[in-house]
Amino acid sequence: MKPLVLFMMLFAAPLWAVQPDEILDDPVLEQRARDLSKGLRCLVCQNESIDESEATLARDLRLLLRERLVAGDSDEQAVDFIVARYGEFVLLNPPVTGANWLLWGAGPLMLLLAGGLGMSYLRRRSVAQTGGEVPLTQDEQTRLNEILRR
Amino acid sequence: MITELGHFALILAFAVAIVQMVVPLIGAHKRWSGWMAVAEPAAGAQFALTALAFGALMWGFVTSDFSLRLVWLNSHSAKPMLYKISGTWGNHEGSMLLWVLILTLFGAMAAWFGGNLPPTLRARVLAVQSAIAVAFFAFILFTSNPFLRLETPPFDGQDLNPLLQDPGLAFHPPFLYLGYVGLSMAFSFAVAALIEGRVDAAWGRWVRPWTLAAWIFLTIGIALGSWWAYYELGWGGFWFWDPVENASFMPWLLAAALLHSAIVVEKREALKSWTILLAILAFGFSLIGTFIVRSGLLTSVHAFANDPERGVFILMILGFFMGGALVLFTLRAGTMEAKGVFGLVSRESALVVNNLLLAVACFVVFVGTMWPLVAEMFFDRKLSVGPPFFNAAFTPFMVALGLILPVGSVMPWKRARIFKAMRPLRYVFVLALALGGLSYAMQTGRSMIGPLGLFLGAWLVMGVGVELAQRTGRGSDRLRRLTRLPRADWGKATAHAGLGVTIAGIAGLTAWTQDDIRVAQLNKPWNVGKYELTLTDVQDLRGPNYLSTMGMVDLAQKGELVAQLRPEKRFYPVAQMPTTEAGIDSDFLRDVYVVIGDQQNNGGWTVRTYIKPLTAWIWLGCAMMALGGVFSLSDRRFRVAAGASKARRTPVPAE
Repeated sequence: MKPLVLFMMLFAAPLWAVQPDEILDDPVLEQRARDLSKGLRCLVCQNESIDESEATLARDLRLLLRERLVAGDSDEQAVDFIVARYGEFVLLNPPVTGANWLLWGAGPLMLLLAGGLGMSYLRRRSVAQTGGEVPLTQDEQTRLNEILRR
Repeated sequence: MITELGHFALILAFAVAIVQMVVPLIGAHKRWSGWMAVAEPAAGAQFALTALAFGALMWGFVTSDFSLRLVWLNSHSAKPMLYKISGTWGNHEGSMLLWVLILTLFGAMAAWFGGNLPPTLRARVLAVQSAIAVAFFAFILFTSNPFLRLETPPFDGQDLNPLLQDPGLAFHPPFLYLGYVGLSMAFSFAVAALIEGRVDAAWGRWVRPWTLAAWIFLTIGIALGSWWAYYELGWGGFWFWDPVENASFMPWLLAAALLHSAIVVEKREALKSWTILLAILAFGFSLIGTFIVRSGLLTSVHAFANDPERGVFILMILGFFMGGALVLFTLRAGTMEAKGVFGLVSRESALVVNNLLLAVACFVVFVGTMWPLVAEMFFDRKLSVGPPFFNAAFTPFMVALGLILPVGSVMPWKRARIFKAMRPLRYVFVLALALGGLSYAMQTGRSMIGPLGLFLGAWLVMGVGVELAQRTGRGSDRLRRLTRLPRADWGKATAHAGLGVTIAGIAGLTAWTQDDIRVAQLNKPWNVGKYELTLTDVQDLRGPNYLSTMGMVDLAQKGELVAQLRPEKRFYPVAQMPTTEAGIDSDFLRDVYVVIGDQQNNGGWTVRTYIKPLTAWIWLGCAMMALGGVFSLSDRRFRVAAGASKARRTPVPAE
């Protein structure tokens, strides 16, 4: 708790997520900036995008992003510009490159695997099978019947 | 004095737990009834002692006894009473004590209400439950003792984190823990059944109420947490895919899967070993959740006790229980041959698909949560996995689940014909599609999320309607038959409809939120959507332990006043922390959400306004899901099987 409180004290002045003075005059550009900043991480925060964050650094990043867009960068160029400076860590959406294939592929692969296992189980179930279990003792059977009758 | 009594009671509970872990287990193995019978009073004593310890700690918080280190760190004399009490669990040590309190409560409940269980199974369940308690008592006493004193008591405390001083969050942790820890019962039943070497329909019946109770509490806990995030964090999000949120969501997904697979065990004596595995994993994810929160391994807004030593201890607990249970599972799973035979298309198969989707969805969340760690350790890449990943990778599973749910739930057991099952649903399917299409046509050509969510929600809710209509058969007596449906059926209907409502709510909020950020001058109205807002006044106020800047905002539509909103900006001087309190006007179809910020140089105030369609549905749906669980839990057959009819009733004194 303490580090968190100390950390918060650093930013005690109530700052803001997107502030009125940051907003661009061109609504199309502004919308692009908002959409892009939802995918960029505020580096000093814990799991917040720069669009949501109140930290000063996030504001700097928002302004930088808007600067690039106004300068005529495409979405990709603007994001690449920021990644080049702050590293891959800034991307909330991990790109599908290298080892990240494992991350993105994990769900579909697991679904295939589990689907295969499930299918083979269901096939076996639809063919009659018996045995293998310890049968109920006489006492337990009477007890069970009693319970079920109630 | 009271503090020392509490400390002593905690140590005593630890000792009792060790006895309860060992003696009944040997007794069950040797069939010595005397040794087995130790479990029952021991479980009661363990709970009573832990309650005493917890009460003593709470007393320290209520009386602001700053000679207690924990109270000094997390409380303040000026704090409102509610938050003094909730401060007991608003910190690492206290919350762990709450954790074991609930753990021993569940153990005691199993002892009190388990009269109908076979004696050996009951002894083993209680012994396993107690083994978990031993591990956590040791954890508390050796690494996070809440009863440490300070040599020179300070004059006043350091206050509780202001973000936690909120009614929603005061009750969020206890519910979540009730859910997490409730899953320990399913775990204990699974391990006991593995030791016993037998799983049958009766076992399915016994384990279901505990799982159901745990799932209900988890649902409420998660919903409270997300509701809090919505109104407190100031920009109206409700779910952040934060590691700690995921930590609570993964057990929820698995508990939901377990609920459904236990039905197959109970009704059809199939899916046994899978159900056992699920029960083990569900609790395993609860432990992983604890580990994530306490170790500080993953950065998160919740990270609240970043102490590697504690992390290692919990990792050892996790390793021991998961490792032990899974080894036992591999040794014994083969003996649990299924009995029931069913066709490829049947209710059973539909429930298998349900389990498949929920379990794989849980796996996706798990991989996404752990990936930053894995990537840094093995691939030397420092990266983030945020909401965009989870939205893309997780959502398809929920969409698939929503699509098959109404079909699966009207299918008969054993053998079904897919077209016959879908026949009665075809009208509502078309109707739901039409509704989704209509919303697509009406929105201003953006994403597919909104229409898709609305379609799924309508499909789920109307599917429930069709199912209920089907259950009443034909003829004149339908209404009477409807009222006589078993409670479990009502539970199923309510919970499934709740899922639909939540999905629609999430889609509405995600796809159709309108926002507006501006500097507002006093008494100069502005428009957002079809509403006109006016900032009429801004006042500085004093709360009990904070300073507040409160704006008065009039919300009007077509010149008529709809509501007056009071967004606040608070500052907690002791903790030196600002918080925002949004002003929210909530009605059935939309929330208007206003946040106030700083005063600008020109005298205006920054104000953010959001119009969020269908937002209240998110939590309405969660409430319905929890309520459905409660209906099911009250079904007669669980009471019969759980032995409540035989259990000694505690006499209730006359009022």
